[in-house]
Amino acid sequence: MSEESAAGVAKKFLYVNRRAPYGSIYALESLEVVLIGAAFEQDVSLAFLGDGVYQLTKGQDTKGLEVKNFSPTFRALEDYDVTKLYVEKEALEARGLREADLVVPVEVVGAERMAEIMEAQDVILSF
Amino acid sequence: MLHTVNKSPFEHKALEACLKFARQGSAVLLIEDGVYAAAKGTAVSTQVQEALKSVSIYALRPDVEARGMQNRVMDGVRLVDYGGFVDLVAEHNAVQSWL
Repeated sequence: MSEESAAGVAKKFLYVNRRAPYGSIYALESLEVVLIGAAFEQDVSLAFLGDGVYQLTKGQDTKGLEVKNFSPTFRALEDYDVTKLYVEKEALEARGLREADLVVPVEVVGAERMAEIMEAQDVILSF
Repeated sequence: MLHTVNKSPFEHKALEACLKFARQGSAVLLIEDGVYAAAKGTAVSTQVQEALKSVSIYALRPDVEARGMQNRVMDGVRLVDYGGFVDLVAEHNAVQSWL
């Protein structure tokens, strides 16, 4: 192990979320990994692209579907110092959504800025 | 006949393909991520509104509610529960699933 990692230097981790919440297991699995990873005190960011923005919509009610509604969990990320949530502006607009329609405060960014954020990472995990 | 679409219209071509082949008087049932097509004010809502002139469009309520879309469903799209899904299948001669 290098001296840097032994000293606990934090790497920049980006979780890229591109799937809607209940049609597949990706969204829930991503959130699980984010929560597990949060324990390792890395520099974590989350990006929501395309249908991934649907993970954050308010008003999700899964009683009829009989699966876990995990959208409230996004509100707990702050307690794990995961506060950098980036949402693709074009994806929101195409879906008729605004920032006020989301369950947590986010930074809405255009594709250009999102690309910069990706470039700046040490590790990118894709879901 | 009855068509079902279970994919998001923003990431897949399933809805587009369905509407291309759905003839006048057919029924289209949106399920799973397909229900996002029922929302108003989106990049595909004009296409869906146009389709409503010739086909009946339904969306499965538990899937709509799970995704928080219950207050966004466009006029003309009818919500059905699981019983309504069964009725639609029973009423039509064949079911084409656009997977």
